[in-house]
Amino acid sequence: MTRHVILLLGLLLSFLGVLTLGLALGAVPIPIWEVLSALTGSSDPQVETIVLGLRLPRVLLAAEVGAGLAVAGAVFQALLRNPLAEPYILGVSSGAAVGAVLAIILGMTVNSMFALPVAAFLGAVLAIILVLAMARAAGRGLDTHVLLLAGVVIGAFFNALVLLLVTFADLETFRAAMLWIMGSFSGATWESVTMVAVWVLPALTVLTAFARPLNLLSVGEQSAFHLGVDVRQLKIFLYVGTSFLVGVCVAGSGAIGFVGLVVPHALRLVGGSDHRWLLPACAMTGGGFLVFADTVARTVLTPAELPVGVVTALLGVPVFLWLLVRSEESL
Amino acid sequence: MSLFELRDVSHFYRGVTRAALAGVTLDVERGSLLALLGPNGSGKSTLLRVMLGELEASSGSVMYAGRPSNERSRREVASEIAFVPQAESMAFPMTVRKLVEMGRYPHTGILGRMGSTDREAVDLAMERAGVADLGGRSMGNLSGGERQRVRIARALAQQPKILVLDEPTAALDLHFAMETFELMSELTEEGSFTVVVATHNLNLAARYATQLILLCSGRIEASGLPSEVITAENIQRVYRWPVVVTSPADLGPRKGAPQVTPLSPGPDHKGS
Repeated sequence: MTRHVILLLGLLLSFLGVLTLGLALGAVPIPIWEVLSALTGSSDPQVETIVLGLRLPRVLLAAEVGAGLAVAGAVFQALLRNPLAEPYILGVSSGAAVGAVLAIILGMTVNSMFALPVAAFLGAVLAIILVLAMARAAGRGLDTHVLLLAGVVIGAFFNALVLLLVTFADLETFRAAMLWIMGSFSGATWESVTMVAVWVLPALTVLTAFARPLNLLSVGEQSAFHLGVDVRQLKIFLYVGTSFLVGVCVAGSGAIGFVGLVVPHALRLVGGSDHRWLLPACAMTGGGFLVFADTVARTVLTPAELPVGVVTALLGVPVFLWLLVRSEESL
Repeated sequence: MSLFELRDVSHFYRGVTRAALAGVTLDVERGSLLALLGPNGSGKSTLLRVMLGELEASSGSVMYAGRPSNERSRREVASEIAFVPQAESMAFPMTVRKLVEMGRYPHTGILGRMGSTDREAVDLAMERAGVADLGGRSMGNLSGGERQRVRIARALAQQPKILVLDEPTAALDLHFAMETFELMSELTEEGSFTVVVATHNLNLAARYATQLILLCSGRIEASGLPSEVITAENIQRVYRWPVVVTSPADLGPRKGAPQVTPLSPGPDHKGS
């Protein structure tokens, strides 16, 4: 237990370090000490505009979304007892993107604090229901291969739907909609930071409170049932909770893949699979990971900018393949 | 009052027309060691799952301690009944001690802080199941038999009044199979602890159980004392194989328990 506390403190410090780095790096590099003085409000106005006005909302949004996606990944993996489960691979993120794009096209963004996350949440729920129904209809329960295949197919279907929807939209909406498919923080504003924060932070807290029943669930549903968990109720609650988390994240930044795969896996190697440590660790590391990926995305080809989803995919696909090969070996 | 009362219980799995359980009526008395016997697919596991509320009976009534078991909270039930499954597919590596500690879930609060009573219960359970020296090992590196004993330890850590086991000795060698049945018999000796076990091991069941139930195609074919259930005629009919039943006198305190020896196939059994 004490080891986990030390690890969490270490992760918190590195998280804050990466946040500072994200504020310092960019088209105009700013020395760390000037970043810190800008944060305390004693810097020249030009630096302050860049750090507080442009970079801070972007870094904060990336941190929130990363935290949400990493925790959602860890919960999906325990729910499905499958280390390859991840919101993007399961098609849930694409489902959320359809919801968000539909909301934008129907002009429901006026009250975006509420409408956009809810629309994305409904899309995410629809996607997970379809994936589970497909996997079950294939008759092999929650078999790894069937589940992944169902997720990929549903994801492709929803991505096609997004493209179909934006074909009917004007050019401005089209550009915005493309960001939902690729995932990007270039549109980060204080409004989007607040929108994601008010939903993601409570959702993270509530999910973390279910760490112990999640531990039992990851051993097996039958065992969890006989150890005192109301499995049916818990599963419904967790599916709804994670879909909501994914919906809000996608509403804030679009569908960014592989965060929920790479982060929980790396942390399990470091500190084991007890969700009481894993979920808070995922929140911090997921946040740091996406801030890092976004910083790479906007600095590596300056002045051009990569979609952040490209960076996470380049990092995530090798991890996914390695896990897939290993899960074959253990069969 | 019986601990479990099942009255005319039937169960159908979805999409299957044949009944997995058909009109099962049985009472489990406090303090008994009840063994469920029967061929593969005869309904042993289904009966356990229906009895414990994991599956809902399609018809008939299932009562635990005078009340339908789904009326109680899962935690309340789990603090009284522990279950040892046939197998578990764990998604992530976990140490033996962590897995046994899960048995304390129904007894600990929302934060799951382990108090000294909890740690003592875990130590004692690991001791009794013979896994005290495996605590720091990872479940993935254990043999099938060791894993099975760890799951028994987790069930004992629940400090239940009733222990239910599904095929506990399938993966165990002679030594640990004997130890498991000795343990079950020891637990029931005081008279307040009850054990229900589904098993393929006719001879150990006949030696240790106080009550036997022989299932075939979801029906109870025979029930009662070992000497009433384990007869050559019953076993031959249900398992479709010729056997002799003897009563060896040298089984220690259990002398006289019927023991089954399968014979070579007779002319009637060739190819069946």
